[in-house]
Amino acid sequence: MAKEIERAGFTITTMCNLLNVAKSMGNNRLVQTVSVPYPLGNPQLSKEEEWKLRYHRVGVALDALTKDVEGYTVFPVKI
Amino acid sequence: MKAIAYLNQFFGQVGGEDQADYEPTLHEGTLGASGLLNSLMPHVEVTHTVVCGDNFAASHTEEAIKRILGFLEDKEFDLFFAGPAFMAGRYGNACGAIGKAVKERFGVPVISSMNEENPGVEMYKQALYIFPGGRKATFMKKDLEVMAAFGEKLATGQPLQCASEEGYYVRGIRHEVFLEEPVMAADRAVAMMLKKLKGEPFVSELPIPKMDKVTPAPAIPDLSNMTIALVTSGGIVPSDNPDRIQSASATKWGKYDISELEVFPVPDYKTIHAGYDPEAADTVPDRVVPLDAMRAYEKEGRFKKLYDYYYVTVGTGTTQGEAARMGREIAEDLKKAGVDAVILTAT
Repeated sequence: MAKEIERAGFTITTMCNLLNVAKSMGNNRLVQTVSVPYPLGNPQLSKEEEWKLRYHRVGVALDALTKDVEGYTVFPVKI
Repeated sequence: MKAIAYLNQFFGQVGGEDQADYEPTLHEGTLGASGLLNSLMPHVEVTHTVVCGDNFAASHTEEAIKRILGFLEDKEFDLFFAGPAFMAGRYGNACGAIGKAVKERFGVPVISSMNEENPGVEMYKQALYIFPGGRKATFMKKDLEVMAAFGEKLATGQPLQCASEEGYYVRGIRHEVFLEEPVMAADRAVAMMLKKLKGEPFVSELPIPKMDKVTPAPAIPDLSNMTIALVTSGGIVPSDNPDRIQSASATKWGKYDISELEVFPVPDYKTIHAGYDPEAADTVPDRVVPLDAMRAYEKEGRFKKLYDYYYVTVGTGTTQGEAARMGREIAEDLKKAGVDAVILTAT
């Protein structure tokens, strides 16, 4: 799905858990998520910590839109 | 011969999706699906069964591999079976990653089965013998029979033919073979060329695999004037699921108005995705579609506007063909809306 959206000309960041799958699908800009049932959160964290995590990873995904890539590129996250 | 089998939490009889975080365990003998596998192979005994939850294998792959290789370190075995994984993406990924690691460490053949739409095929077909399998668990017996037949073949030392004859996905490995009727390569090439010139069918001896890649779209150095849309395959929809998007093997997508929302209200929105435990997503849908975080960045002026609608479908059991079509349709809609860039979240 992401590939077709990119093919149509949209700059796109895919946030997903299984990076290898995304790689085999031909996605280009990637940010890894926490897990499958909660990609951008974690019920075990406090509300504040969870917000920090989500805000940070979405920020990395937005940053990724501003960077040129040659192909499959994972943008590292800090939390 | 002795074999060890790998199963996920479903087929290893631990439990359903609520047990997907189940950590790897080693069992003596067979349980669940490995019992049937064992009964299909007179010359192979399944001595142990490894069971691991799909989420654990997906989210802690290195750890899962490390522990499982540890279990197997002092075991004697000649074959390793993983799956069948049908069209289950996480399971296929786990069978592939673990099978590959087992093959590399212990040098034993690894046999698996996956539906052609399982992403595990593309990722691991070069490392393992992966046989084409059914779409869902109703194909269990049939797929196990195929895996077992090949296991028997290896165990009894029968000569192996090329991938297309044995039936597994082509690994891209070339073997030297002697033709029964020797024809030298130059003659075969000329014969092929003549057929091609005449427009007759011919079979290449060197198929070149095609990889469908998309040239990365250009960077947008300054987002401050841009409209960004959220797209997800995580199944977050208004709770009445107005467009009846399927919980698995989806063929439909929806777009829903979020122009008045700062976060997804609960219980007005929930996930209908049947491929993961919905608890975390239903409690806080923004864990799957980060509307709250996007609003925060919008307010800060990081980008101009979050597009008024988000797009959603369900990405479990969904074929690559359907996913591609939905992607094209969504892209067309985004174009009409004047959207500049996309953040897509997948589960």
